[in-house]
Amino acid sequence: MATVGRALLILALATAAYGIFASIYGARTGRSQWVVSGRRAVYAVAALCTGAFGILEYAFLTSDFSFATVASHSSTTTPLFYRAAAAWSSQEGSLMLWLWLLSLWSSLVLFLTRRSLRIVAPYATAVLLGFAVFFAGLLVFLETPFGLSQGFVAEGTGLNPLLRHPSMMIHPPMLYSGYTLFAIPFAFAVGALVTRQVGAADWIRSTRRFALGAWFFLGIGILLGARWSYTELGWGGYWAWDPVENASLLPWLTGTAFLHSIMLQEKRGMLKIWNVSLVLATGVLAIMGTFLVRSGILDSIHAFGASTLGVPFVILIGAMIAGSIGLVVWRRQALRSENRLDSMLSREAVFLGNNLVLVAMAFVVFWGTFWPLIAEALTGTRRSLGPPWFDRYTVPLALVLVLLSGIGPVIAWRRATAANARRNFVFPIGVGLATGAVLSAFLGVASRPLALAMFVVGAFVFATVAQEFWRGVAARRTMTGEGPLRALRSLVARNRRRYGGYIIHVGMATLFIGVAASTAFNDARDIRLDVGQTAHVGGYDFRYVKPTSRLSTTGSGELEKISFGAVVVVSKDGRTVTTLRPERGYFPSLDVNGLGPVGRFFEGEATSEVGLRAGLRRDIWTAMTPDIRALLPIIRDGDRVFRNAAGKLAPAAEAAALGQALRGLANRYTQNPPPATFRIITSPLVTWIWLGAIIVFGGAIIAMWPGTDSTRRRAKARYAARVAQELGAGDDDDPAEPQPDEREHERPVVV
Amino acid sequence: MQPARKRKIRLVVALTAAVVLATALVVTSFSASSEAVSPSGLKSAKAGVAYQLTGKVLDGSVRTTSSGVDFRVRDRNGSASVPVTYSGAVPDPFREGREVIVTVRKQGAGFVGERDSLITKCPSKFTEDATPH
Repeated sequence: MATVGRALLILALATAAYGIFASIYGARTGRSQWVVSGRRAVYAVAALCTGAFGILEYAFLTSDFSFATVASHSSTTTPLFYRAAAAWSSQEGSLMLWLWLLSLWSSLVLFLTRRSLRIVAPYATAVLLGFAVFFAGLLVFLETPFGLSQGFVAEGTGLNPLLRHPSMMIHPPMLYSGYTLFAIPFAFAVGALVTRQVGAADWIRSTRRFALGAWFFLGIGILLGARWSYTELGWGGYWAWDPVENASLLPWLTGTAFLHSIMLQEKRGMLKIWNVSLVLATGVLAIMGTFLVRSGILDSIHAFGASTLGVPFVILIGAMIAGSIGLVVWRRQALRSENRLDSMLSREAVFLGNNLVLVAMAFVVFWGTFWPLIAEALTGTRRSLGPPWFDRYTVPLALVLVLLSGIGPVIAWRRATAANARRNFVFPIGVGLATGAVLSAFLGVASRPLALAMFVVGAFVFATVAQEFWRGVAARRTMTGEGPLRALRSLVARNRRRYGGYIIHVGMATLFIGVAASTAFNDARDIRLDVGQTAHVGGYDFRYVKPTSRLSTTGSGELEKISFGAVVVVSKDGRTVTTLRPERGYFPSLDVNGLGPVGRFFEGEATSEVGLRAGLRRDIWTAMTPDIRALLPIIRDGDRVFRNAAGKLAPAAEAAALGQALRGLANRYTQNPPPATFRIITSPLVTWIWLGAIIVFGGAIIAMWPGTDSTRRRAKARYAARVAQELGAGDDDDPAEPQPDEREHERPVVV
Repeated sequence: MQPARKRKIRLVVALTAAVVLATALVVTSFSASSEAVSPSGLKSAKAGVAYQLTGKVLDGSVRTTSSGVDFRVRDRNGSASVPVTYSGAVPDPFREGREVIVTVRKQGAGFVGERDSLITKCPSKFTEDATPH
């Protein structure tokens, strides 16, 4: 089976290479059948990759240990869901997933644009297949998922217990979907630049939804990582400015800028250079993100081992950067703006400001992330920057960003007048200032001015969006006399991009408010408690009531882990608020050499079960580390007993004895509990972060949703363009624009 | 003012702001960063200066304390090792033989780890040497 998988990959590589040649040849010689063949090559690659990935998944699901990767990342005791997900927990498996997703999205976009974009599509196809060749090449020559195990393997290593969490399993596919989806607009931008079609907005229109989808999935992936960190890891934070976290954030930032900036190109033909630059940069950063995780060039909690992949990736990234810069410079004539900025107080200026802020944030994150390498290159010593440095620059930038998200949707195009400003801004500014005053007066928030600023700005955004919805519904009701709820529904349905966007802004403001509150006003304490003792954190009392211990078995009855925990009762002013049960679970090490059967359990992986009480106003979080030093002599004794009895017991009896020994250990812990170390954190508004994210993703779905209004508008636009053409109404005399009869699509018309 | 002149001024202002930000970035990155070293690099460590120590946890060197953990960090490829006293959250994957990153300051003959700065690299993904048994 493995050989079939390998054969499919080799075929995919060859087909992709052929497709590049066919697409470019067809485009250059005008032979459409070659272009069609190139497109079909993409479909073929997708089919082949589906087959290869299917074989890999099947091997994992059936625990086929003849596959080396299955043997080293899964086991028969790993639950089904995690077995399926273990397929991408390895270097080669994750590359396979990347390639498969890329081939799927590429097929989709080429299918959807098969009748339009005939000039640009062949070159976009070539670029997408170029990526496919790269990744397939890695899989065939460097890191094969279909390698065979040496000899017979009875049981696999199993999935790392730290990764046995649903979020951690969905996190990579979400991220990879984001990265691969960003390859689509990248490819079409390259194609548009090569064919000088960048002036027209078509390449943007057709790929906008893919860019939005990419942004959506990448955002989910980043969020899941943050949430997993908060609820599963024992440090209680959700973002550490770790290099790999940053690497996934970078394309998200430039992608956000791109999604906004293209609106300006569609409406006013401006910011064309910005748009191509942003989308090319996003593509480069997406590949860089993919590369950073697996390269080992930066010290990070996520850096999974140095590898042989460094050099090929660096070459690819270098080629992408050089090619992008070259293309933009080469085609700069076609990228000239059709209009100029009339006033700094205009929506155009806000869009530009938005671009600048997001790019500045991306630059800060980039600089801080790569600083170790830059410093090494400049001074010979590696240096690293911590979270305080990142916060210093990203926090003010984030404030400006949220502020702009409130101003932008409401300020007038071209030039805002005083009357216009009065009409639109009096209410939101009032709300913002009132919020600031109330928070300062009643909650003492002024002690943290930056957090207060974020609350004020967030309230401002809520108010502008509420105002927009209110006015929109009122206008609709005047027109149609509908009831308010129906009016709201049809308003949103007819303007999905706009109102979806507003919802996204509300979500982002909520998220940032949550970040600001939880960072500025949290209370964290590490404290050692004996049973019966109480700690006071953040206005709450935490009493360590009693210890807990338990043995967990897998579905097949095998011993999975031993856990020591605590029951902590949280109360405020004498009233019980909640009961938390933090735990530390100890998984046995699989290294049987030199470790006794009992001691094995304390030399393997350990995971924290966090005790968390989330709430709309505040989260109460605790993790504990038991002090097992007192148990060590007993563990050693147990190991000695088993060593002496080695060979004298049947395996079943030995397993039963081990179970008994561990149960005894567990009981010993609860009967004679040593003090345990607790990390206790109370932080306000953490839930707003997750809520904000959900609102963002809801808004994104609304914005992405295809609507009948767009088809109607396109038909109208096409008709209008044709009429204009007939009447001889000329376009601007841009020599770089292809002549009307050469184009097969309608001109961009501002509707 | 002529629109063209206004545009030029705007461009100059924007570029100046960009240069100022970039300069601030560069300058602060030198002062705010800590040198990343391996244990052998710490031989010339200065007292009180923060270093970002990377290396592997030396087998057999881990001692749990009431506030955290004491351990030795050795070079990734080599035997030079330094003692570290660390108090704070010990990450779940922390184990002998694992790669760690911790911010330390020299104190006497040993090094004190900065609170909560201990990072242990996730071990199992993408290891080439996991041998099935």
